[in-house]
Amino acid sequence: MTRKRKRLALILSAFIVLGSGLGLVLYALRDNIVFFYGPSEVLAKDLSSGTRIRIGGLVEQGSLSHQGMTVHFTVTDGKHGIPVTYTGPLPDLFREGQGVVAEGVLDSSGMTASTILAKHDERYMPREVVDALKKAGRWQENAGTATGMGGGS
Amino acid sequence: MIVETGHFALVLALALALVNAAVPLCGVVGRDQRLMAVAPSVALAGFFLVALAYAALTYAHVTSDFSLVNVVENSHSAKPLIYKITGVWGNHEGSMLLWVLILSLFAAAVAVGGRAMPVDLHAAVLAVQSWIAAAFLLFILLTSNPFARLANPPIEGQDLNPLLQDPGLAIHPPLLYLGYVGLSITFSFAAAALICGRIDAVWARLVRPWTLVAWIFLTLGIAMGSYWAYYTLGWGGFWFWDPVENASLMPWIAATALLHSATVMEKREALKVWTIFLAILAFSLSLIGTFIVRSGVLTSVHAFANDPRRGVFILAILVFFIGGSLLLFALRANALKPGGFFAPVSREGALVLNNLVLSTCCATVFVGTLYPLALEALTGEKISVGAPFYNLTFVPLFLPLCALMPIAQTLAWKRGDLLGSAQRLIFAFGCGLAVMLALFAWRGGPSISLVLAGLSIYLIIGSFADLATRILGRAATVKGHLFAHAFGLPRSAYGTALAHAGIGLSLLGLAATGWGAQKILAMKPGDVASVGPYDIVLQSIGPQTGPNYTATVAHMAIRAGGVEIGDVDPAVRFYPTRQVSRAEAGIKTIDFGQIYTGISDGDTPGSVNARLYWKPLVTCIWFGAVVMALGGLCSLSDRRLRIGVARRARKLAAAPQAAE
Repeated sequence: MTRKRKRLALILSAFIVLGSGLGLVLYALRDNIVFFYGPSEVLAKDLSSGTRIRIGGLVEQGSLSHQGMTVHFTVTDGKHGIPVTYTGPLPDLFREGQGVVAEGVLDSSGMTASTILAKHDERYMPREVVDALKKAGRWQENAGTATGMGGGS
Repeated sequence: MIVETGHFALVLALALALVNAAVPLCGVVGRDQRLMAVAPSVALAGFFLVALAYAALTYAHVTSDFSLVNVVENSHSAKPLIYKITGVWGNHEGSMLLWVLILSLFAAAVAVGGRAMPVDLHAAVLAVQSWIAAAFLLFILLTSNPFARLANPPIEGQDLNPLLQDPGLAIHPPLLYLGYVGLSITFSFAAAALICGRIDAVWARLVRPWTLVAWIFLTLGIAMGSYWAYYTLGWGGFWFWDPVENASLMPWIAATALLHSATVMEKREALKVWTIFLAILAFSLSLIGTFIVRSGVLTSVHAFANDPRRGVFILAILVFFIGGSLLLFALRANALKPGGFFAPVSREGALVLNNLVLSTCCATVFVGTLYPLALEALTGEKISVGAPFYNLTFVPLFLPLCALMPIAQTLAWKRGDLLGSAQRLIFAFGCGLAVMLALFAWRGGPSISLVLAGLSIYLIIGSFADLATRILGRAATVKGHLFAHAFGLPRSAYGTALAHAGIGLSLLGLAATGWGAQKILAMKPGDVASVGPYDIVLQSIGPQTGPNYTATVAHMAIRAGGVEIGDVDPAVRFYPTRQVSRAEAGIKTIDFGQIYTGISDGDTPGSVNARLYWKPLVTCIWFGAVVMALGGLCSLSDRRLRIGVARRARKLAAAPQAAE
């Protein structure tokens, strides 16, 4: 092979590998990303059943109930709440009044969650939750806690 | 007083770093030997000063000196001594100090170990390293001073985040940092090579051992972090595609690509521009990782309390170093002569393909990690990119790479023989296929696991195919014992084989997750649950008191066919100082698999909610990483790197013109 054709082979293979990478990324980004909303946004957006999303907020005081390994609770931003059903191990820092992020599928009655993420550190809230609370006007910057929910740090 | 000494040492280290950032470079430009000779001793002094500062902070933590903000916020007098020591890096300020300590440790190592290098390159490497050290020392002193005092010290501290009170934390961050920060040396080498105009095979040979050292630690650090997450986060997952994990994976991929391309540059003087670029890229990705972890743009277990000023500062450092080095690269790289060409089917060709695929893999991880950030900044829309994304992008790129690895190993330099290589791999391929079919007949299971298991066996055996043919080939033509022939092969060949086999081993562990079993249920003492081939009996539930926690412990016995083979004690610990509880998994390793148990408080008194898992061959995942690191170590001990460097470099230093 000549020098030129070798270079061509190199450039061509580079295009093939990078191109397939790009194609895979674009394909995966279309279907495999999950949007994050606060409870009020979920209701405002009128999302269809079966949509996979993440919601963030606080676990409403007094809403937590166990049924064997299944738990029911409400994720709230102080204005609106979304009931969540979840079966499986809960994170260590999951508690009423604390920040939580739930990922799952929406149905007519609320959300069936497949993953629950509680904040990892009691010193701060998940940033998504803070933003969701701010949008609902329930966040006091200087206190670093949500108002009227009795939780926070 | 000791604390102030530490603070003062840190300021002094900054001053020395500034000196070392300027003086040797002036020496390089003005060809002044005396100015260049300053670099090694100043680098050593800088290391001792940073070490002194680090020791001072450790002292404050060990003696529970609650007049320090850092100690108050992260320590407690009742905390066990080991966590007082490891707690030094369990917070933002301390971990940045560890960052700089390792940075200057590497500078000191180059100062001592690189004496045989060309003098100007040696001085320039240390100078660039000092630039980085100066930037981060400034960062610590201005935004994250670990030595800040409190006017009214409290009597007791706030304790360390319980998640971090774990032996895993003792090992994971230092290992990871040694890798992460170790890549700074390859960056300094690349920048120095561009400054001195020494981009040649000698440079590639000099930079390779340092890249290997960083790569070994990075490999171990990532594996350790994965294992730590596996047993502390309580549900037995080992890789979450968390942005912070990705932040360490990206430099690892870049460093792996660099190791391979540096080989081509060393042996064939080709891929010079690309290798330099990769060396810059690897450390740039480390810096981006530091930014992601430290700036608080992300929610993660690794994010400490955040301060926006820090994010901006790190961003400035990031822009300065990445932008600066790329500018230098753009100015100097076109002066390079193109290297030797080679046939597409050859060892070089295969290594180029390896680099292409690895860079694409790295790019997919990069997109997945940063796309959510970019989208939020641009549209305010919040999304998360998780495992499904990477399963569709990273995995389809990485698995074919694994299939190609043994073939590449058997290809000759310059011009390879694809058919010949394929023939040598028939045995390995047959074994993989046989294992796949045997598993299908015996266990069934998900097809992806079957394919992965077959691929991993092929990869493990195929990694040694080249060595085997070389040894047998010699034995057929030359007299001598088989072992003598085996011993005569270069150690780097063994290193390659081991590292590749390690990847195969990790894949095997991944494949085996498909045959695992799990059970989540409420249990009372006396209850029996079967999980996989084992029965687990909950024998008792009782309280326990630790130094700074109280716990509920479940004692469980593991039985196989009615015979007790071991026990586990999963627990929930409650840390009163921070009012948090943490699950402590009970793990029993059986052969290469593990019984993994976790509990949480039950709904009725006297019962617990238990999670029981049987994870066959799961330890292979991390054991594979250890084998990879061993391969790296093996390569590092190659004669060529130990002896060749010193001799050739000295020759070159004596007569630089003759070599050009």
